[in-house]
Amino acid sequence: MRNSRQALKNPEQEVRIFRWRSLLAAFLVVALTATLMGRLAYLQVVQHEVYITRSEKNRVRVEPLPPTRGLIYDRNGVLLAENRPTYNLTLVRERVEDLEATLALLVELLELPEDEVEAFRERSRQRQRPFQPALLMSDLDEVQIARLAVNRHRLPGVEVEAQLLRYYPDAEIMAHALGYVGRINAEELQTLDTGNYAGTHFIGKTGVERQYESLLHGQAGLRQVETNARGRVLRELGRSDPVPGQNLTLTLDKELQTLAYELLDGRRGSIVAIEPASGEILAMVSAPGFDSNQFVTGIDTASYRALQDDIDLPLFNRAIRGQYPPGSTIKPFLALAGLAEGVITPDTVVRDPGYYQLPNDTRRYRNWLRWGHGRVDMERSIAVSNNTYYYQLAHELGIDRLHMHMTRFGFGQRVGHDVFGESAALMPSREWKRGRFNQPWYPGETLSVGIGQGYWMVTPLQLATATAVLANRGEWITPHLARAVGDEPVVMAPAPESVHLENDQWWDRVFSGMEKVLTGHEGTARRTGVGLEYRMGGKSGTAQVFSLGQDQRYNAEELAERLRDHALFMAFAPLEEPRIAVSVIVENAGGGSTHAAHLARAMTDAWLLEEEAPEVEELRERIESDNGRVAGN
Amino acid sequence: MNRFEQLAPWRSRPVRPPQSGISRRKSVWTRLHLDPWLLALLLVLMGGGLMVLFSASGQRLPVVQAQATRFVAALVVMLLLARLSPASLMRWAPVVYGGGLLMLIAVEIMGDIGMGAKRWLVIPGVMRFQPSELMKLAMPMMVAAYLCRRPLPPRWQDLLVCGVLLALPVLLIARQPDLGTSLLVACSGVFVILLAGLSWRFILAMGALAAAALPLLWMNMHNYQRQRVLTFLNPESDPLGAGWNIIQSTTAIGSGGLTGKGWLGGTQSQLEFLPERHTDFIVAVLGEEFGLVGMLTVLVLYLLIIGRGLWLANTAQDSFGRLLAGSIVLTFFIYVFVNVGMVSGILPVVGVPLPLVSYGGTSSVTLLAGFGILMAIQAHRRLLPR
Repeated sequence: MRNSRQALKNPEQEVRIFRWRSLLAAFLVVALTATLMGRLAYLQVVQHEVYITRSEKNRVRVEPLPPTRGLIYDRNGVLLAENRPTYNLTLVRERVEDLEATLALLVELLELPEDEVEAFRERSRQRQRPFQPALLMSDLDEVQIARLAVNRHRLPGVEVEAQLLRYYPDAEIMAHALGYVGRINAEELQTLDTGNYAGTHFIGKTGVERQYESLLHGQAGLRQVETNARGRVLRELGRSDPVPGQNLTLTLDKELQTLAYELLDGRRGSIVAIEPASGEILAMVSAPGFDSNQFVTGIDTASYRALQDDIDLPLFNRAIRGQYPPGSTIKPFLALAGLAEGVITPDTVVRDPGYYQLPNDTRRYRNWLRWGHGRVDMERSIAVSNNTYYYQLAHELGIDRLHMHMTRFGFGQRVGHDVFGESAALMPSREWKRGRFNQPWYPGETLSVGIGQGYWMVTPLQLATATAVLANRGEWITPHLARAVGDEPVVMAPAPESVHLENDQWWDRVFSGMEKVLTGHEGTARRTGVGLEYRMGGKSGTAQVFSLGQDQRYNAEELAERLRDHALFMAFAPLEEPRIAVSVIVENAGGGSTHAAHLARAMTDAWLLEEEAPEVEELRERIESDNGRVAGN
Repeated sequence: MNRFEQLAPWRSRPVRPPQSGISRRKSVWTRLHLDPWLLALLLVLMGGGLMVLFSASGQRLPVVQAQATRFVAALVVMLLLARLSPASLMRWAPVVYGGGLLMLIAVEIMGDIGMGAKRWLVIPGVMRFQPSELMKLAMPMMVAAYLCRRPLPPRWQDLLVCGVLLALPVLLIARQPDLGTSLLVACSGVFVILLAGLSWRFILAMGALAAAALPLLWMNMHNYQRQRVLTFLNPESDPLGAGWNIIQSTTAIGSGGLTGKGWLGGTQSQLEFLPERHTDFIVAVLGEEFGLVGMLTVLVLYLLIIGRGLWLANTAQDSFGRLLAGSIVLTFFIYVFVNVGMVSGILPVVGVPLPLVSYGGTSSVTLLAGFGILMAIQAHRRLLPR
């Protein structure tokens, strides 16, 4: 009886139970909340004095331990970037009682020159997270440290902090390739992992230092320290050690890099050398360089302005951002495109009267040799750098096929694996021109592109990469700067599709043409080829800075130095089994391609021959004497 | 009512009389199925929470923006859930519960390990999902759906079924290990049973049994969990290790005093003495910077939310709605009590966030989803008082 009645639902009773129980729950909620409030009142009112003292004394606090930045070596283990112990002046604004007075005292103690005082004050005001030390000055000298130590009691919130500072032993030579570290700025602070960078003042700004920042930086540690009332550390209570950044071994060869820089000394230009088999960048120089150590400690305004305003643009990394018309250096690539498309065979002969004319057009596109080269086949067209041959070839290929084939050699693209800030330069196409100028492509423009002029722009790195791919008989390699991180070799992303030719012997024919550039009796760089101890292929090029009108003649002496042509040369050696591919660009060298060719030869000599490369001085004299005689395009 | 209606009263619910006074001047709130008072209180809490979070995150705006974005998403979820009828919630309860249970088992087998615990289920490229969060809502839904078809107060055999429904997910979550969430899930189920009218004798007996089981629990705890209990009993025993959080958080709160050190002015908080200060320990920042006045304001705000919630629960039209709504509201209180109690040092450290103030998206969504269900229940309440 009882059971059956219970089995029925009784809504009224259910509501009653719920009302009663929820009322009870409400009482409990209020009671428990009152308990919390009581506890809080106890902490915040009754015990307030105890806790305010404890919090003000801050007896124990956690400090970040910045990790040691990884070192950077060249391929032979020569140190390129190291860490030097230095003393920095830091200031925690929140701990300073009177900021103005403290700064005034510091300026007096450090004997700062007038012009630096403002920058000094600026740094103290820089937006920081609360209670984070702001870096006022790096690299204090011993006198300054001693003075600060004596006056410590007058300077609450000011600390002299020992820190490892980045140092580049060969700053000028390595500046562009390595990049540099600098103070973390407000912008970077927004995006950084603040936990990991809590004790770090410096961050990679450009180059390898920037590209591999996360690996070089390491993991920050922590330590718990006991401090006095002024926040000064008395004793360490516990710590978790930071994990130092990983060391980086680069593919660069310091000696080759140094040679390249010396070769360019006094000029503007760039040299890039790549090992064709691996894509390892052996040297990557942009001249003039600059002292990157200045940027580590914080460069003063005057020096920075001087670097920025320098007409030679020393801060500009020509090797990866400089855009130059490739000139005739791209003729071997065009010949390969012609062979691949069946537009020419290696034995196709073009008769050169000294100019080329499009059908139904009176304009004459000139060869660099006014009276023409006569009968020209493919190998000779490369050796003498005939223009007419390539006008015709480019015209028959058309811009679309030309663009497609040149893109496969990396032109118009970022080619590097770990090269920070690389420019893609420009490989023009029909679509590009429509997008850029909203104009159709004109056939005459294809002719300009056919001799590496017009809209076509390359970076020295692109040219060296294309040369390496050519030397590899089309097999792609991705140029890179890092060889190993710690003990682990760097893993490369799969390379793009290789360039295939129907007939493998066509490579040999193109190589033969390139060899004749250096050793042929009418080769454009035959003076450079004198006394070669190995087989070498190359191609000269001249990039016009100043364009000539129809039928005008070029006279180097009449032009101001900066309007002279850029000299280019690309080369690889040895022919049979290439071990080095080089691109050289010397701005406003004038006098044809000789200058660049000599530098390229010096690079291959240094890399391939046991004995010392020719003395740079000696070489320079040879270049001077050659410049008198104009060698060719 | 005939027997059929008694078992499933919602099925025979008469169509709302079209001429009733209320429906004639249907407000925007009625149409959205929202309770304006509850919504207003929640929004005030969330707004204040964002302000505290800005300070607690070391004044990083992106953190606040991320939290605000999650709030918006959570509010949308709330709005959508408020559209549902209690009847469909009840119909879906077994499916949601069963699905949640399956996912918990999946986590057990192949879950993603984050921060030393297996809590996440990852569908690669699609989403990361914490099934235990779903359980916080599925559990009271299931128990309420089960009990509301039975006569109340519940009989012994029904209690046994509820016990099994409760134990399975709670144990699975505790194994992850996630003590905080398993505690919340257990509470959400237990509250349904208590509100359904569990006899006092039974409650007392269970209490005694639990006390007896404490040593057993101790033996089954992970080392870090035991450490937390020991630390709670005597924080000074290990001032740099496990006691660090408690000492620093009580120092922060205590040094705040009556009116606090001012927004962004908390030395303890801004100095990074406080670990996890923008997640579970955010109360310490609140206490330090806004003082007792700020703390009491926030606690009163919570009390108002809970009071309004319990009021709405009482207006629900059937047992299912009542029980579910009551459980959701009381579980919300458990969050507040456990979190504030832990940070102020009267409860051991358990990973429970301060609802709608601590940084964290998943719990905000779950909480507001719960309030969405609450609003769905109030929107379908009886129109005329009995």
